[in-house]
Amino acid sequence: MDFLHFSPETDFKLLLAVPLIPLIGYVVQVFFGRFLPRKGDWLLTGGMGVSMAIAVLMLAKVLHEGGGEHGGGGFFQLSSDAGLSWAWLYQSGKAAVSPLNLEVGILYDGLGAAMLAVVGVVSFFVHLFSIGYMKGDRRYHLFFANISLFSVAMIGLVLADSLLVLFIFWEIMGLMSYLLIGHFSHDQSTPFFQRWATWASKKAFLTTRVGDCCLLIGMMMFWQHYHTFEFVDLWRLANEDVARNGGEWPMWMTIAGLFIFGGTVGKSAQFPLHIWLPDAMAGPTPVSAMIHAATMVAAGVFLLGRTFPILSPEVLAVVTATGAFTALFAATIGVTAFDLKAVLAWSTISQLGFMVAAIGTGGIGLVAGLFHMVTHAFFKSCLFLSAGSVIHGCHHEQDMRKMGGLRTRMPLTFAAMGISTLAIAGIPLFSGFYSKDKIIQAAFTKTSLEFSGAAVFAAVALPIAAALTAFYMFRMMFMTFGGTYRGEVAEAHGHGHGHDEHDDHHDHELVHSEDGGIAPGHPGPLPVESSWPMTVSLLCLAALGFLGGKFWLADFDVLAHHAPWFVRLVSPETLYPGVELMNGYGHAITHEMVEHAEHTAHTLALVVSLLVAGLGIFGAWWFYGARKASPERVAAALGEVYRTVARKYYVDEFVNATVIRLTHLLAHVQRWFDENVVDGIVVGVGRANRSLGFLQAWFDRTVVDGLVNGTAAVTQLFGSLARLFQTGRIQQYVTFAVGGGLIAAAWLILA
Amino acid sequence: MGVEAYVAVSAALFALGVVCIIARRNILYVLMGIEMILNAANINFVAFNRFGGDGLDGRMFAIFTIILAAAEAAVALAIVLNVFHLFDSIKPSEVDLMRE
Repeated sequence: MDFLHFSPETDFKLLLAVPLIPLIGYVVQVFFGRFLPRKGDWLLTGGMGVSMAIAVLMLAKVLHEGGGEHGGGGFFQLSSDAGLSWAWLYQSGKAAVSPLNLEVGILYDGLGAAMLAVVGVVSFFVHLFSIGYMKGDRRYHLFFANISLFSVAMIGLVLADSLLVLFIFWEIMGLMSYLLIGHFSHDQSTPFFQRWATWASKKAFLTTRVGDCCLLIGMMMFWQHYHTFEFVDLWRLANEDVARNGGEWPMWMTIAGLFIFGGTVGKSAQFPLHIWLPDAMAGPTPVSAMIHAATMVAAGVFLLGRTFPILSPEVLAVVTATGAFTALFAATIGVTAFDLKAVLAWSTISQLGFMVAAIGTGGIGLVAGLFHMVTHAFFKSCLFLSAGSVIHGCHHEQDMRKMGGLRTRMPLTFAAMGISTLAIAGIPLFSGFYSKDKIIQAAFTKTSLEFSGAAVFAAVALPIAAALTAFYMFRMMFMTFGGTYRGEVAEAHGHGHGHDEHDDHHDHELVHSEDGGIAPGHPGPLPVESSWPMTVSLLCLAALGFLGGKFWLADFDVLAHHAPWFVRLVSPETLYPGVELMNGYGHAITHEMVEHAEHTAHTLALVVSLLVAGLGIFGAWWFYGARKASPERVAAALGEVYRTVARKYYVDEFVNATVIRLTHLLAHVQRWFDENVVDGIVVGVGRANRSLGFLQAWFDRTVVDGLVNGTAAVTQLFGSLARLFQTGRIQQYVTFAVGGGLIAAAWLILA
Repeated sequence: MGVEAYVAVSAALFALGVVCIIARRNILYVLMGIEMILNAANINFVAFNRFGGDGLDGRMFAIFTIILAAAEAAVALAIVLNVFHLFDSIKPSEVDLMRE
């Protein structure tokens, strides 16, 4: 197995090709895409395929090199160690180690390897899916270009070896998300999508900008103290600092850590900056799949994974609490959503909450959170692409109340979506089970070891959120694929429950839709299965969603006695080599106690996660499958509570009333200030200058001109005097000459 | 008779020449006044040569002066002719273009 040996000299160059191939493809596509045959979709899909192949080969190498049997192989490579780093902003006059010399390199470890492969695979299948889904789009070639650069941004972010490089790709990703969510904003043919896309892309960009700003501040705070952006140095310096300090984290580090977490809150759509993600579905469905799975939201979680050692315990408590709250909060909203994509969007927010909460608990939770990011990428991309396939089949109808019975009409989509739903619901054997089980285990472990508010909250909220996840996902399956097709019927007889939804957002200035953001479809023939590029992508991703957690088919180790592949790559001990983590439980709790707690929590978590998944699925079947009880009646009974949840807890309205209103107010005040004070000053200065100008003009005209003219006048006076002698008569001249001679002679004689 | 007599005649002739130049109303008399001044100078040359120095220097200069006076008179008469063409007059008081 010699080819599976990782040699830094050649393999880092190969890794560099992973982002470069799609980047070159992007440049070619932007300029020449429209002239290429098939508008260049094959170029970028092929390029992404090559990138995916390299990324997967690299993952195989890392698994072979570093993947120990029971976790913690400790594969960790820095390109700068191998002498491969690229000078950027390098000042020749400075010493080589000067902090002002910035170098760009690659950091490739187990986490990076796993994430790179995930990004490659998901991006490739999204490209492939788009060939079918985006057929006939006006800006087909630009769509492929943008989605390719979107992948490049995530690949670059994964490979970044310093916070600064990560931030650059982070920002590229923000821009590309803006362009892709707003893809339909140029589509004149569907005014609804045009307005919605324009507005949603702005909302996404501005909301994530808040997080980006926080991240930048956090970065700068760390820079100010350590003069480096390199992850390795930051981990080491921060933990040495804390160790010197006797385990006490300095105040500034907590604040900086909170700012860095702010970046995650924005990008990974945590409460309260989650508001952009549900509206991001205004973009084409493949874009949603990218945003919700491999890129964008994963970037925030990945950032937490990279910066974990520099986050103080206080920050981690905030992380846990935020994540757990977001998980529960978004799950409740997911239960009330009727838009197929909205259900998935809220489930993404909820799952991100799981990841963030798990990382906040540290230790095993760190691995669990990152693991869930990977498995989630598989099944959520599949879910979104399936939703795209369904929407494609139902003539751009997104309202689940107008679907149904698609089980027989779109069997392949049904299979893919079903597998992914089982995965996200946490059914054993499916990938989501292994990661979600671990997250709940981490929350229980944390609670038993330190009985803090955040840990207890996570331990209570996460299982409930897991139950709700199973419930709303199966509700979606029953509504979409079960029963009979309601495409035409639902438009004729809307039931009472629907009217509530129709009132949604009437007075809502953010949402222009009349129907709570549900795009209008149009009636058409009965849905049929989608074309092959779409179904192939769906089934491949569904296979990964099935197997991605454990690849248990290889060893029939169903109950995870052996560690899953991801845990073999990533463990808290080896993720940050050479760094003794100071944000753990402290000295009072020994390694044995942790292991014991983990063991106890493992059994408990297994039982609880199975129980909540079963409960959720049973509930969904009871209400929507068998229809033993009417969900409409429950909703009516809940009354105001239901309406609050269905309206997303009025967070959008709250933001409208506070942030946006305040911004408008501030803008008005500033405008008043500008128009009256600033303009007043400018106009006043102008007036004063004009008055002064008059004075100066008077002075110039009278004094300066007077002097000049006076000189001229005096000269003229003398000139005209002298002129008297110049008569032009020769005889007079001679007279003067002779007279003068006589006078001179008289002078000489007499003197 | 010493050199004083010659110088006195020369001075008188010079004074008459000057008055002739200044006072006469015909430009031809002005030219004649100039001839008189030149001849006053000639008398001085010859007189001082006769009583002062040796050789013929003064007398040679006198001869040169006569030749010069003839040339000058030719040019002057040409100028006068042109002045007459231009001003239709040979009165010096009316020729005042040099004022400009």
